[in-house]
Amino acid sequence: MWDYTDKVKDHFYHPRNVGQIEKPDGVGEEGSLACGDSLRLMFKLDKNGRIAEARFQTFGCGSAIASASALTEMILGKTLEEAEKITNQDIADYLGGLPVEKMHCSVMGREALEAAIANSRGEDVEALRARKGHVVCECFGVTDNEIVRVIKENHLKTVEEVTNFTKAGGGCRRCHPQIENLIAGVIGIEQKQEAAQPPGKKMSNIQKIKLIEETLENEIKPMLRADGGDIELIDIEGDRVMVALRGMCSSCPSSQLTLKQYVESKLREFVSEDIIVEEAKP
Amino acid sequence: MTIRAVYADNNATTRVAAEVLEAMLPFFKEQFGNPSSMHYLAKPAEQAITKAREQVACLLYADPSEIVFTSCGTESDNAAIRGVLAALPHKKHIITTRVEHPAVRNVCQYLGKNGYRVTELSVDKMGQIDLDELRETLDDDTALVSIMWANNETGVIFPVREIADMVKSRGALLHCDAVQAAGKLPVDLRVVNVDLLSISGHKLHAPKGIGVLYIRKGTYFSPLMIGGHQEKGRRAGTENVPYIVGLGKACELAFEHMEEEQTRVKALRDRLEKELLEQALDASVNGDPANRLPNTTSISFKYIEGEAILLMLSAEGIAASSGSACTSGSLEPSHVLRAMGVPFTRVHGSIRFSLSRYNSDEDITYIVEKMVPTARRLREISPFGRDELYAAK
Repeated sequence: MWDYTDKVKDHFYHPRNVGQIEKPDGVGEEGSLACGDSLRLMFKLDKNGRIAEARFQTFGCGSAIASASALTEMILGKTLEEAEKITNQDIADYLGGLPVEKMHCSVMGREALEAAIANSRGEDVEALRARKGHVVCECFGVTDNEIVRVIKENHLKTVEEVTNFTKAGGGCRRCHPQIENLIAGVIGIEQKQEAAQPPGKKMSNIQKIKLIEETLENEIKPMLRADGGDIELIDIEGDRVMVALRGMCSSCPSSQLTLKQYVESKLREFVSEDIIVEEAKP
Repeated sequence: MTIRAVYADNNATTRVAAEVLEAMLPFFKEQFGNPSSMHYLAKPAEQAITKAREQVACLLYADPSEIVFTSCGTESDNAAIRGVLAALPHKKHIITTRVEHPAVRNVCQYLGKNGYRVTELSVDKMGQIDLDELRETLDDDTALVSIMWANNETGVIFPVREIADMVKSRGALLHCDAVQAAGKLPVDLRVVNVDLLSISGHKLHAPKGIGVLYIRKGTYFSPLMIGGHQEKGRRAGTENVPYIVGLGKACELAFEHMEEEQTRVKALRDRLEKELLEQALDASVNGDPANRLPNTTSISFKYIEGEAILLMLSAEGIAASSGSACTSGSLEPSHVLRAMGVPFTRVHGSIRFSLSRYNSDEDITYIVEKMVPTARRLREISPFGRDELYAAK
């Protein structure tokens, strides 16, 4: 059973703005029956160019319906330029979070929005497709540009994560090597950018603790939870971060490896090079 | 508005029968002995196991000495497949089907990566295998054929008697996963010549954590669990006395209620199916209607998605299951329905209702009453099919 937030449940059981609009100013479609989910999003603009009405139709699971419903609420009153800035993470955040395996529902929302905005500007759908790049995952029709964008926006590191966010690679798995290449490409770019940054940005202790908490919450916990594990922050002393592994992790023979190679390296990547992770002894 | 609790997911697990729980309780309390001990507490435990072994053997028309208690259906499947192969090291070929439960399918696929040749038999649109394909696939190198008695998702029953005769005539052994069949239809091992057979307690109103592996007398078998002398060396480990007692009682009850499964439960299923097909529009049944478990129906509702249906039903107190990808983390819809060639448009909206003797006529009325508007509501949200479906209404 998925761990859906109350907000997801609310938007699933009581979806907002279901239906169609006569003579919409923008229509976007994403997904298909074969993929297992599909979204048709449409909106009407007022005289100031703001979205006055938004409606959706979804074929899909609970979180697909909730994501689409949330999206229609989020874009109301926005200009196209403002709406364009909405990311899939924004949709997930609006819903109080989505299970990682369901993040692709929020991606579908963002993609449909992008298509609807392009449509309202009179852009050719074919041109949009061309801009999106060539199809990498043929099972779910996901393109290289879409995958790269999601990798960048969500700091994805593994094929499994890409599958959770975009579905790409979740069918026949033939495209896994291509996805690995795309990840490697993005990580390469990010490392170069980091190297270019001036070193020695100084954080206050409060900032550091907050960043450690955020990194644990957003980067580390979802991965551990996917394997039935969990982690709890116990204490922070300077650069020493004390944590306790929970669930499957606590009895896992590779828990030390998880701590050092995964938790520590993530914290070093996102917080500071000097972080040392230790397991808090009970 | 009243919310009923209607449990229609009995192929996933069943409630423990009150009689079963009652039979088990003394073996947690005063009769907690280890049957291997040399004192007064051992005897009652040993006698209870003997009785349970007879109760299980009775359900299977087998000899009590052929019954080995395990921890679950998956253990039984693993022990059967690996146990036979270990005892027949010169043979390197296994035959199974594309619609097996993961407890068999994944074991075979694992063995396929570790020196074995594995043939997965295909199924037709009805979910049935082709006996000619089996005949052509069997060869002198075939150690084991592992085929389920009845499918968990569709309820389709394989012709196990014919399969057994064919497999035996080619000198191979046959393992049969009867986890879904046992208790729902007669499993008569006097006439069906399988060598090994798996049963799971929690599918027939015993608790989770207990299973049976039937091993026909004289079958080549090398145990998976090595340790003490329990179960005549075929499965080491101190006997789980209360659960064994529970399973024995559950088998006795299943034997008594066999007629009811075939008549009353089947009639409930048939009525549910008929009314849903008539009222929920563009729905279709998956699997061979002539050869099906009496309690199971797999119905595909076009244009809507299974997880959404389950969540809506669950909010109304109805428990069922789905072959949709979105009910699992894998993003891959049911391998069973895919193997049958059910189109994607129908796989995603497939719902399995699996009943038991605890279901009533009112339950069926309630499911239909809730399922029909659920389908309608989700189709109103869906961009597909709505116009064709409801335009005329």
